[in-house]
Amino acid sequence: MLPCTGRIEEAIILQAFEGGADGVMVVGCLEGDCHYLSGNIRARARVQRVSDILESIGIGGDRVRMYNLSAGEGAKFAAYANEFSEHIDQLGPSIINQVRNTKAEQVTA
Amino acid sequence: MITGTPKPIDEILAMLEPYKRIVVAGCFGCVTVCRVGGEKEVQVLSSSLRLAREAKDNKLEIKEVCLERQCDPEYLEALRPYAEDYDAVLSIACGAGIQFVAEKFQKTPVLPGINTGFLGVTERQGEWAERCQGCGDCVLHLTGGICPVSRCAKSLFHGPCGGSAKGICEVSPDVACGWQLIIDRLKALNQLENYGKLIPYKGWSTSRDGGPRRIIREDMTL
Repeated sequence: MLPCTGRIEEAIILQAFEGGADGVMVVGCLEGDCHYLSGNIRARARVQRVSDILESIGIGGDRVRMYNLSAGEGAKFAAYANEFSEHIDQLGPSIINQVRNTKAEQVTA
Repeated sequence: MITGTPKPIDEILAMLEPYKRIVVAGCFGCVTVCRVGGEKEVQVLSSSLRLAREAKDNKLEIKEVCLERQCDPEYLEALRPYAEDYDAVLSIACGAGIQFVAEKFQKTPVLPGINTGFLGVTERQGEWAERCQGCGDCVLHLTGGICPVSRCAKSLFHGPCGGSAKGICEVSPDVACGWQLIIDRLKALNQLENYGKLIPYKGWSTSRDGGPRRIIREDMTL
């Protein structure tokens, strides 16, 4: 967990996919409400760049999304988390995990 | 700085098709500043390449390295432990750096990960513009600090051509007429008399017309 989405780098998100994530949700403060002025705006641009990369390499740009809410919106956070989780369930395992699962099955067979 | 743009990932993947183990080499010089070949770009490109290759069930092993500069022999030594131990080096430095790596490590194929652009400046975040063509004979003292070689599409030396209209070059509505800029600046500096000075025919032999260039400073050589 990062204390501020302004610390998000493209590489960190991509490493999550290398680590086996099927999707990554980035949750930042409301736009215009950043304690550091532009941290969440920068994060949004970085998430978009990662989305473009994932699309270009066949993993799918829709597997990373950014949400914005305030620290007091616990219910909304849960709703966003459920929404994103369902969205990734619908997409199914990423191509990376499909390849890895196939290899694992071959080993156990 | 020397600017550049990333090559499309598909083009890089096609180059890397024959290889299983590569070095991705960045540079802390100009390409770090213009966000195309520094340490962060090494990490992002390496992750992207590993994911793309694993998605095709054809894993790629990558050693990530970022050199202080790829255009100086001393710093290239940092590549030595890896360069000849891997199948290829993918350099995301400028064209000069890429070639210097290739010269230094002759047994290893060296591939370009970026398209090198021009000598330019950062006008605002994410936007760079050309300012110098390295012609080898600077006249900026006569032209209000605005270069007629790089800012005029025709590199004219004695004022605008007929393609200048309302301060815009006929090449594109986004391109200012370099000579309009020069004249406006000379007026502002109260140096408009410079516009009337005849500049002798430019000797382009100091530019690319004289072939590949070399600077030898006897006072600096050891």
